[in-house]
Amino acid sequence: MTGFFRRNGIVISTYLLLAVFVWVAIMIVLPQAYMLDFSFRFNLPPGKIGGPEDVYTLKNYRYLLFGRPGDEAMFNVLHLTVFLRTIIASIFVTLINFAICYPIAYYIAQVAKGGQARALILILILPFWVNEILRAFAFRILFGTSGVINAFLQTFGIIDQPIDFIRADIALYAGLSYAYILLMVFPLYNAIESLDHNQVEAARDLGSPWWRIHWRVVMPHAKPGIASGCTLVFMLTAGALAAPQILGGPSSFWFTQIIYRWFNTGGNWPQGAAYAIVLLLACLIFVLTVMRLFKVSLGEIAK
Amino acid sequence: MTSARIQSLLVSFYIFLFFLFLFAPLMMMGTAAFNDVEFPQVVPWEGFTWRWFPALLEDDLMMEGIRNSIWIGIGVMVVSVPIGLAAAILMTQVHRKFQTIYYTIVVSPVLMPGVILGISTLVFWDRLGTFVNADYDTFFYSGMFLTIIGQSTFISAYTMLIFLARLQRFDRTQEEAALDLGATHVQVFWKVLMPFLRPAIFSAMGLAFLTSFENYNTTVFTIQADSTLTTVLAGKVRMGTQPDLAALAVLIIAVTLVGAIAIEVTRRREQAKAEAAREEALRLEKAADLPLAEQAAQ
Repeated sequence: MTGFFRRNGIVISTYLLLAVFVWVAIMIVLPQAYMLDFSFRFNLPPGKIGGPEDVYTLKNYRYLLFGRPGDEAMFNVLHLTVFLRTIIASIFVTLINFAICYPIAYYIAQVAKGGQARALILILILPFWVNEILRAFAFRILFGTSGVINAFLQTFGIIDQPIDFIRADIALYAGLSYAYILLMVFPLYNAIESLDHNQVEAARDLGSPWWRIHWRVVMPHAKPGIASGCTLVFMLTAGALAAPQILGGPSSFWFTQIIYRWFNTGGNWPQGAAYAIVLLLACLIFVLTVMRLFKVSLGEIAK
Repeated sequence: MTSARIQSLLVSFYIFLFFLFLFAPLMMMGTAAFNDVEFPQVVPWEGFTWRWFPALLEDDLMMEGIRNSIWIGIGVMVVSVPIGLAAAILMTQVHRKFQTIYYTIVVSPVLMPGVILGISTLVFWDRLGTFVNADYDTFFYSGMFLTIIGQSTFISAYTMLIFLARLQRFDRTQEEAALDLGATHVQVFWKVLMPFLRPAIFSAMGLAFLTSFENYNTTVFTIQADSTLTTVLAGKVRMGTQPDLAALAVLIIAVTLVGAIAIEVTRRREQAKAEAAREEALRLEKAADLPLAEQAAQ
């Protein structure tokens, strides 16, 4: 510690420690810890907080599992279904994203020449300067009942009646797959770019078909990039709020929308905090599973 | 036709499809912005109009949202750039043993869903406000303040990563030389480290502002009664819709295109300049070498 002060001087040392303390303690650790604490409490009016009624309870978590006490149904089917749907759909969207992005990342990293690669990256980034909400809005124009796709299909006589893509959640899945493409492409690109192209050539010369080159040479090399892209996309998809609000069907919800309701119209913050903790745990489990599966460290993922 | 040729055709076709997927929604939106109907649509085409663009300026709610977003963006820059810088410098000095745990903690906000950051910031400051008996008009309950804090939680991690990348190339002997020559630590910081980090500071500021400007997930919880551009937009889009949103998107795309092209042009020009300089140097070197080589030959 004295070495630290001697190396940086009093003023700079104070700045460094103070800034990092504010960030780590007041912005990261304490709010998370407090949210956890809060999720175990009753929903009390401000006057009663800290009073004798302010005790710990499991009620908020029990609600997610079993619903209101004394309810007929065994489980809180509605909310549990939404939760499972969110997780499964997010995994699905992540896989689609990987399938779409891998060929592009490989092409830019290994096949394209310098100038062409730079141009492709530039074109790739362009749509993502438009804000998330407007992008979702664009999907509404595309997929709405009077949207372009329906008009196209009807003109060519493929369908008679417009298909309600929004009610069928097709618009939502398309929008979610679109939203986080960059976060899949760049980790993949970075990982594949560091592969020596001679290895691909060598595998080809030795008679390996193209799919085996990818499976045995490129993908093992790009493992940290794959893990990183998949975790980022999964987390952002599971935690997405704008796209489900705008593109989701009227009868289907995303888990974040239920959390949002507890905080707004529901007016039950501790309940919302408990749901948020459940979402966070699900994400944590996903990241740890991917890290175990791909045998990579957190540092490699968050690069 | 050889199989290699078919394969390369397939690849080109795939790339075409990929970019079609990327741009089709935006092109549709761009078209809808000029269609003369009350509802944002491309077909049927009812005629060309500019009228959705002036309509934007008359939307007071949206204008207020944009103003708030700009202020919040500036606030986030002011908070997250110094924090990211300090965190990056500390990372280079922290003891090996603690490096992993420190890194895990400071990177965790990037890997956390934005809604969670918003919620934790909201409940924490709310509780803190109750604890110190703060009035409702103090910053504990201010949507703008909470949004700046909530967004900075993860944006500071972005700025830290930018500074870390730059610091890896920093030669510490410069610092030691300055100290040996009698500079104070503060002088070293401002006159040696800061100039070296200048490009990183600019990119960190830009990234912080832009990330803040388009953030929705964290903001929607922390902003409460106030509004930002994204919360106004989300409300409007959910309400049903008007083509002026498409007009706004067109404006954003236009600004972006101009910016991107400008950046690329300056980059190319600089590259060309650097190349010309290198060729000139090579030529001079050769010219200088030539007589020597002749002498050696003799």
